[in-house]
Amino acid sequence: MSKPRLATCSLAGCFGCHMSILDIDERILELAEVIQFHKSPITDIKTFTEHCRIGLVEGGCANEENVEVLRAFRRNCDILVSMGDCATMGGIPALRNFVEIEECLREAYVDGPSTHNPDGVIPRDIELPLLLDKVRPAHEVVRMDYFLPGCPPSADTIWAAVTALLSESPVDLPYPLVKYD
Amino acid sequence: MSESSIGRVVEEVAREFGRERWRLMDIARGVQQRLGCVNSQAMDAIASWLNISRVEVEGFVTFYSFLSKEPKGRIVIRLCDDVIDQMAGYEEVRRGFEAALGISLGQTTPDGAFTLERTACIGMCDQGPAALVNDVVVTNLSSDKARNIVRSLRENPRPERLVQRFGSGNNAHPLVRSMVENNIRKAGPIVFSEQARGEAIRKAVAIRPAEVIRAIKTARLRGRGGAGFPAGMKWEFARAAEGSPKYVICNADEGEPGTFKDRVLLTEMPDRVFAGLTIAGYAIGASEGIVYLRAEYAYLRRYLEHILDRRRADGLLGQKICGKAGFNFDIRIQMGAGAYICGEETALINSCEGRRGEPRTRPPFPAQRGYLDCPTVVNNVETLACVTRIMEAGPATFCEHGTPQSSGTKLLSVSGDCSLPGVYEVPMGITLRDVLEMCGADEAAAVQVGGPSREMVGPAQYGRTIDYDDLATGGAVLVFGPDRSIPKIVSAFMDFFVHESCGECTPCRVGTRLIKEQIDRILAGRGEPKDIDELLQLGETIKQTSRCGLGQASPNPVLMTIKGFRHVYEELVSPDPHGYQRSFDLTESVREAERIAGRRSIHHREVRT
Repeated sequence: MSKPRLATCSLAGCFGCHMSILDIDERILELAEVIQFHKSPITDIKTFTEHCRIGLVEGGCANEENVEVLRAFRRNCDILVSMGDCATMGGIPALRNFVEIEECLREAYVDGPSTHNPDGVIPRDIELPLLLDKVRPAHEVVRMDYFLPGCPPSADTIWAAVTALLSESPVDLPYPLVKYD
Repeated sequence: MSESSIGRVVEEVAREFGRERWRLMDIARGVQQRLGCVNSQAMDAIASWLNISRVEVEGFVTFYSFLSKEPKGRIVIRLCDDVIDQMAGYEEVRRGFEAALGISLGQTTPDGAFTLERTACIGMCDQGPAALVNDVVVTNLSSDKARNIVRSLRENPRPERLVQRFGSGNNAHPLVRSMVENNIRKAGPIVFSEQARGEAIRKAVAIRPAEVIRAIKTARLRGRGGAGFPAGMKWEFARAAEGSPKYVICNADEGEPGTFKDRVLLTEMPDRVFAGLTIAGYAIGASEGIVYLRAEYAYLRRYLEHILDRRRADGLLGQKICGKAGFNFDIRIQMGAGAYICGEETALINSCEGRRGEPRTRPPFPAQRGYLDCPTVVNNVETLACVTRIMEAGPATFCEHGTPQSSGTKLLSVSGDCSLPGVYEVPMGITLRDVLEMCGADEAAAVQVGGPSREMVGPAQYGRTIDYDDLATGGAVLVFGPDRSIPKIVSAFMDFFVHESCGECTPCRVGTRLIKEQIDRILAGRGEPKDIDELLQLGETIKQTSRCGLGQASPNPVLMTIKGFRHVYEELVSPDPHGYQRSFDLTESVREAERIAGRRSIHHREVRT
């Protein structure tokens, strides 16, 4: 029987949650025993070619590409986990929700104090995904099954959650793993 | 207007009310009336005249919808947008006004002549669509009438000239001169019985105050505002409470959408209401009474003042009333300024004291510490009319009507899909079916009893009774025919709560908005089955965690209708086959970015795999 597959992605996040995955250190070997990494920044596999058991989603949705990736994860994974505060609540990127996007773009590309852009052009290349009007947590875009809070969730938290999901036992995280003050 | 003339106006108004902090409502209203707004300079001036902080004044002004920081037009047209008026053609009327004025809702014409606004229920559901033109009520509107109103106001900017035909009864009184109709469809044996002016007070002062309270308790009179607290008990608490002076307040802030019976009562039976307030004053030992009249009923004010003057002249108010030594009592009218929550008694008391109409934390109850921290009784208009009748005819006669737990009669304000909307005085305990038959609602598919904050029932429950044990109501009965969409009605009710939430506590401020958005998504065809249970969960949270009655009642439209009409919601929702959230609209979300980039999003070409 083939090993269950795991996919991960970082949407509007800082990759901190992925760093936290790597912080499981040598346990990653243990993990590799029981799962196979599929589409993930860690493997550099770009598209889903097979169905996965678990998808770990870092970050919320800030642009149309994030939406497309997240929807692909929903279609291709049995269980989707919002990993970290950005996926769960929008996090730091969602601070821009209080500002009109035109103003955000002008500040970033035209008016910012360190910006040199004499033509005042706001990039509009077809390669660049368009921004959404608001940054949204993952569960506002697709159905999510589990939420791991934390900025980032600790390696132990991620480890405990993934191993519980793989063993199909209830995800019951001890309090110290989800306590953040 | 120059700063010095603003200062002069504020000074005049402040002096008129003795520079008393607790008359801030009257002062702010006076300034609003004279300047068309209470702007920044005016707020500074009020603060300095009353020796209070500027932020208190600003907090006050921004709380009430009839006060504004921005200048309003000389004529303010306030269109009533409650659900019944919407059913009667509010949208066409709005468009008629917008077209005629060349502005949209919420705007003021460039010449400063007109402001067009929406407002919550103005108590004219039986003759809607209706609007207020300054203080003048215009009813039975259509888009044609809207255009005519604007035309005639442009020719002659005096709103009172819009009234060409007077309404029934005292609406034609020289001091009212209103087109409002009473529509009294059924006058019962208590509230609308023959009046004998002065008799009730004479009988009351002939016995001791404690005996008056006993009579009210014997009659088992309960509060007619809807909550049904025993009136005699409330009086007894206030009488026993330490502190003086004591106050009695008549709650004429009839704001529950769909309720208008107090308006009719005040038009036709003001003496009976004032007598009730006087008797309450005698019973608890108060020498001052206040009638808190909602701003929407300002057109009745001069008439009510006149009735009060007449009572003073007849010795029914003032010193030694009916010759009773030591019983001095007078009544003043306190105008409100457009805030539904002020119908809640502690919010009403705050408003009377010139504060934001936010409910107080209880205890202490008003009977212990109310108006100006003195023992205070607040009674509904109808309750006081019942008091008068009980003193006139005795408690036994009163108890002949109604049920053991709910004695007497109840005034109902019936509106919506029925042939005879209006006011009905019915015995307590009447079945809803009988009410519907009386008002000609043959095809009622749903009935909202008690307004948005109470219960909506379907045909299977028309056998239920209107009393404190079953369908308790302040009087509103909103009838909906088979063609009405229940979620749409709920959405309109939620608009009301979103607007009226004072914003102090989060569950109500945010929760009402979340419910409204969720309902609108369901109506737009973007709902999923799980949304229904989420709505229930959200509603329960709001109910349990809001501080005051408004917040606690605000999810009722959705909770009650999901309970009674779940299938209606289920027909509107469906799951997404891919597990996407149907509430998320990608096309809509990238619209602004598309505009900025000047190109279409590539997702339009996306093919789902």
